[in-house]
Amino acid sequence: MEHYHMNLTLKVWRQKNNKAKGSFETYNVKDISSEMSFLEMFDVLNEQLIHDGKLPIAFDHDCREGICGMCSMHINGEAHGPWKQNTTCQLHMRAFKDGDTIVVEPWRSKAFPVVKDLMVDRSAFDRIIEAGGYISVNTGNAVDANAIPIDKKNADDAFMAAACIGCGACVATCVNSSAMLFVGAKISQLALLPQGGPERESRALNMVTQMDKEGFGNCTNTYACEAQCPKGISVANIARMNKEYIGASFATEEI
Amino acid sequence: MTWKHFFTSSIGKKFLMGATGLFLISFLVIHASINAMIFFQDKGETFNHWGHFMGSNLIVRTLEIGLMAFLLLHIYQGLSLWRQNHNARPVKYAVTKGDGKSKWYSKTMGLLGTLILIFLIMHFYHFWVPSRFGGMASIKPLAETTLGQEYNSQSVHNLYQEMMNVFTGSYSMIIVIVYVLGCVSLCWHLLHGFQSAFQTFGVNHKRYTPLIKTIGVVYSVGISLLFASMPVAMYLGWVK
Repeated sequence: MEHYHMNLTLKVWRQKNNKAKGSFETYNVKDISSEMSFLEMFDVLNEQLIHDGKLPIAFDHDCREGICGMCSMHINGEAHGPWKQNTTCQLHMRAFKDGDTIVVEPWRSKAFPVVKDLMVDRSAFDRIIEAGGYISVNTGNAVDANAIPIDKKNADDAFMAAACIGCGACVATCVNSSAMLFVGAKISQLALLPQGGPERESRALNMVTQMDKEGFGNCTNTYACEAQCPKGISVANIARMNKEYIGASFATEEI
Repeated sequence: MTWKHFFTSSIGKKFLMGATGLFLISFLVIHASINAMIFFQDKGETFNHWGHFMGSNLIVRTLEIGLMAFLLLHIYQGLSLWRQNHNARPVKYAVTKGDGKSKWYSKTMGLLGTLILIFLIMHFYHFWVPSRFGGMASIKPLAETTLGQEYNSQSVHNLYQEMMNVFTGSYSMIIVIVYVLGCVSLCWHLLHGFQSAFQTFGVNHKRYTPLIKTIGVVYSVGISLLFASMPVAMYLGWVK
């Protein structure tokens, strides 16, 4: 692909802190290489802001290779921008052309309060995992790999669910700010495997209860989350979570 | 896990929406089948007979209480979910891209449901209220509409005549248009609701889901067309 340079207009959400009322600021960046990643373009903009004596834009990032789930921008109306199954750090500037205006917003959800500018607090996800996203294992020597026979399809489905990087694009995209794709994936990856068996009931009950406490909306099966997920997590995982939760709710003897 | 905990949880509420929705879907089959008897062209004799059965049979009348309760629950649950979902994003996006990531009607179930509710109020006023309470607020005096027609030497409500009055009487053109629009809203509502209920119950299966989706489309379009055909046919004088 041909290498080119572009000048862009950026409209970026600036918000001092969680209490402050934010607003959009307009910035111009010049001579951006089509080979840069979107975050590198933001690095250029931040260098420019620092040079001008202004506060740089706060945004989340870590690995910058599409696996950590830390980057989180809502770019031109889409979580992680216009490319399919892609994270913001792996979005390259060749997705844009010279003269484009790009609007960048933080994830919008009551459960993901803005910390500063484009950074949001996603610890709601951590609390959901703490509520039941674990398995019990014996201490001592590591068990041999493949010691327990597992159905190939279940192993594959669990692996596909485990691909979730917990970035929150599902919540950001969902018209209801629902976290059910995330929670569905996290419940599924363990429910499908024998290792997840002992806590199966309590896991579904506790993780869904915690999800409800965090203030996410309710899934209405619009399936926009699946289309926007950088890892292509299937909504079949939401159905599995529903089945696990409904089954556990009717079966449990705990009051 | 108390019962209250389950039915007030996010998935419990969705479960109730799906369960009451499927019950209402099963009701529509009976409703449409009996109403379609107007097409027998026997001046509504068969229709009135079965209308009378539905209105006088103890089991059906008991089920009617359940139907009303489920309808109210479906409406209440829908509104409370809509409010909760609306509040889950206090600051809206400046830019959202709706480029076919989800079907438009899956995102507007609340609006479509409200349109159906407005239609239902009119529909109850036309048929349910006069047939249950006799002429109360009927658009024509009961004497002209639901006075008994002799059938099998018993007196039955002439619901056929009530339909004729509504769909060919005063303002009938506007009424027929509103009824057709009600059916259009119903069609979109069912297109999402039918298959969505199964996803909510945890059915997402490589073999069954395509089948459920196909049945959902055939049912939604079929039942809406059948309902819409009745006021239109009466208005155009095709039903004798």
